[in-house]
Amino acid sequence: MDNTIVATQSHEAEEHAHVALPQHRHHFETEQQQREAGTFGMWLFLLTEIMFFGGLFFAYLLYRNWYPAAFVGASNQLSIPLGAFNTAVLIGSGFFMAMGVWAAEVKKKGLLVLFLAVTTLLGLVFLGVKYVEYHEKWEKHHIPGEHFDVSEFINPQAYGLKEEPMSPDMAQKTQVFFSLYFAMTGMHALHMIIGICLLFWLTWRAHRGDFSSGYVAPIENFGLYWHFVDIVWIFLFPLLYLINRHPV
Amino acid sequence: MSATHTILNLPDQSTAALPKKNYINAEDGILSWLLTGDHKRIAILYLISITFFFFIGGAFAGLIRLELLTPQPDLVASDTYNKLFSMHGIVMIFLFLVPSVPATLGNFLVPIMLGAKDLAFPKINLLSWYLYWIGGLFTLAALVLGGVDTGWTFTTPLSTHYLNTHVVTAATGVFIIGFSSIFTGLNFIVTVHRMRAPGMTWFRMPLFIWSNYAASILMVLGTPVLAITLVLVALERTIGIGVFDPNKGGDPLLFQHLFWFYSHPAVYIMILPGMGVISEVISTFSRKRVFGYTAVAFSSVAIALFGFFVWAHHMFIMGVSNYSALVFSLLTMLVAVPSAIKIFNWAFTLQKGSITFETPMLYAFGFMGLFTIGGMTGVFLGALGMDIHLTETYFIVAHFHFVMVGGMLMAFLAGIHFWWPKMTGRMYSESLSKLAAITTFIGFNLTFLPQFILGYLGMPRRYHSYPAEFQVLNVLSTAGATVLGVGYMLPLLYLAWSLKYGAIAGNNPWQATGLEWQIQSPPLTENFIETPIVDHEAYDYEWLAHKTEHEVTTVG
Repeated sequence: MDNTIVATQSHEAEEHAHVALPQHRHHFETEQQQREAGTFGMWLFLLTEIMFFGGLFFAYLLYRNWYPAAFVGASNQLSIPLGAFNTAVLIGSGFFMAMGVWAAEVKKKGLLVLFLAVTTLLGLVFLGVKYVEYHEKWEKHHIPGEHFDVSEFINPQAYGLKEEPMSPDMAQKTQVFFSLYFAMTGMHALHMIIGICLLFWLTWRAHRGDFSSGYVAPIENFGLYWHFVDIVWIFLFPLLYLINRHPV
Repeated sequence: MSATHTILNLPDQSTAALPKKNYINAEDGILSWLLTGDHKRIAILYLISITFFFFIGGAFAGLIRLELLTPQPDLVASDTYNKLFSMHGIVMIFLFLVPSVPATLGNFLVPIMLGAKDLAFPKINLLSWYLYWIGGLFTLAALVLGGVDTGWTFTTPLSTHYLNTHVVTAATGVFIIGFSSIFTGLNFIVTVHRMRAPGMTWFRMPLFIWSNYAASILMVLGTPVLAITLVLVALERTIGIGVFDPNKGGDPLLFQHLFWFYSHPAVYIMILPGMGVISEVISTFSRKRVFGYTAVAFSSVAIALFGFFVWAHHMFIMGVSNYSALVFSLLTMLVAVPSAIKIFNWAFTLQKGSITFETPMLYAFGFMGLFTIGGMTGVFLGALGMDIHLTETYFIVAHFHFVMVGGMLMAFLAGIHFWWPKMTGRMYSESLSKLAAITTFIGFNLTFLPQFILGYLGMPRRYHSYPAEFQVLNVLSTAGATVLGVGYMLPLLYLAWSLKYGAIAGNNPWQATGLEWQIQSPPLTENFIETPIVDHEAYDYEWLAHKTEHEVTTVG
């Protein structure tokens, strides 16, 4: 019985909100319905993103099983310090995004703008480091294709092989690793770039005061997207940089 | 079949008029259409667009059949022929079949059937139409610039290494259209979960909603995999990464796995919404609740679920292991079960029903017969030994045209004829439309039945010359295609005619039970004057009779 009363009351409150908030779309009965629909839609969109990256992860799984030595040998060419630094940067960025959602919910406009700006900044730092890493691959001729150079790949000890240059046949397979490396980190970076563009837009809107009156759905939903992009990296970092690098 | 045996009930034409306010005349000007958020207007935009691409794809089909009239290559050169069937496939699948029912009838009806004012995300709905057109323009660009000849499957390494045609342009087009389909699916799922009217429980929803919901799940989960696959093909072709390239350690078979992981479920994306149309039509014209409602509803979900686990049956001859082929063969047989559940339940719905033979019903009968043949031959092809013999022959071509054209296109036309009075407020010519339905059925069978025989005798698909002894069957097929073409042109003409001269249809010309039939035709922009409260199950004809009686007494 109590629930019914509460529900009626909150319904009345929404009716009131219905008049007050201009962002309420006409085709939703209540503000809450609109908010739930938005969040649900965002989760579904993230599901499609999981399937999108899923194709790449599936390819990684397959080829890693086929060419473990080539994958470890190629993985040895990546810089763990840079990767770890970027992981920290991205987790930090995710933290400030979460703080941003909080700031929007408690209607602190200044803090929201600040947190969104820090989130953007850390995102840009991540991309900068990624650029340094890509540039190094370019210099070492580790971009798959005609100019691919296999001379630097060394047999990984992890598989009981002698630590000597990889056989040409196996060394060629490192191209699959780098194909996937660039496809996966490239797709991830593309999602970061799209995210940063959206962040600029949201920061501007926050500065204008769009999210100061309790309307936080865009911030929340973007937060979900940003955390998703973080989580993809949390999988990419160990898969590409860390697994089996050291002798067992 | 005479006038006494019809449930068609039009208002008195001397006094009837279209409602003064409706979604069509709510706003004026081309921009009010191009910037609309109204799901019904977007449905009309989609309907015009897919009709345009249907006739483009149809023109390719016409040229293909014309070339195959004679055994020797005479109308077009070999590589032109390759481009013809590739463009036919790409246009028909991605620009017509995938969006056909969901983006037109689904967009129009899903919110109304649920008692909602609109889809959950009207702007995303409009965005999906724009993405459709951007993708469509890329595809047309690939065509105008010189075509693409990979087949609609973009098979590697053919597409990545050996062809000098506009593969990347076409792949970009398909990639973008994919997102339009994802957004449609996403919108439907959120709408079904969050926008149902009070009292509209899951098991009171019309079966059209169930089947579109199931198709939406496939769109949302499958299409992204196609997207990433096409990205990899494009990257491989442009900058030379090696995910599918054996020289670099890649495996072309991986492409097949990823591609068919989407493209087999895509078959169900195409057919499931059509099955939803058939459920509505069969029920309405036999005046009975769909037999085994729950089974039909769950069979849609089951098809969606099983649909994800059968993809490798496209790859039996491509070097997959015997064991995986065995498993996939078995799973393929399983997917026939929910399809058969539907067919049998429709048959039982007809049993002892008060059947009438209006145009939508004729198309629905066409669907049932042709889809059954298409489905059964699918079981042949799912059987390993038969598949080795029949794959890559005209048997396959006949099989999937029976499902896609005989099934889906018939269902689409059934739906268009069924809901046309609701969408436009006007009725088309009954005799002409019945003629079109019969012409289509005859033309279709004449076109594709000979192809089963051709395939069984060993004529391979995708070749433009063939041994002279196959000519008789090919001539039959081409003749059938001509009849079929006439069958498709007819609706275009009389439906366009009806827009201005058709009889006023009234709210519920078929005396159907769906919520969409209880409102004016064409509906208001917001669909309902007040949010409906649903207190009955779908297809409850007693409720309808009671309601009608009640209305009469009130007015009288």
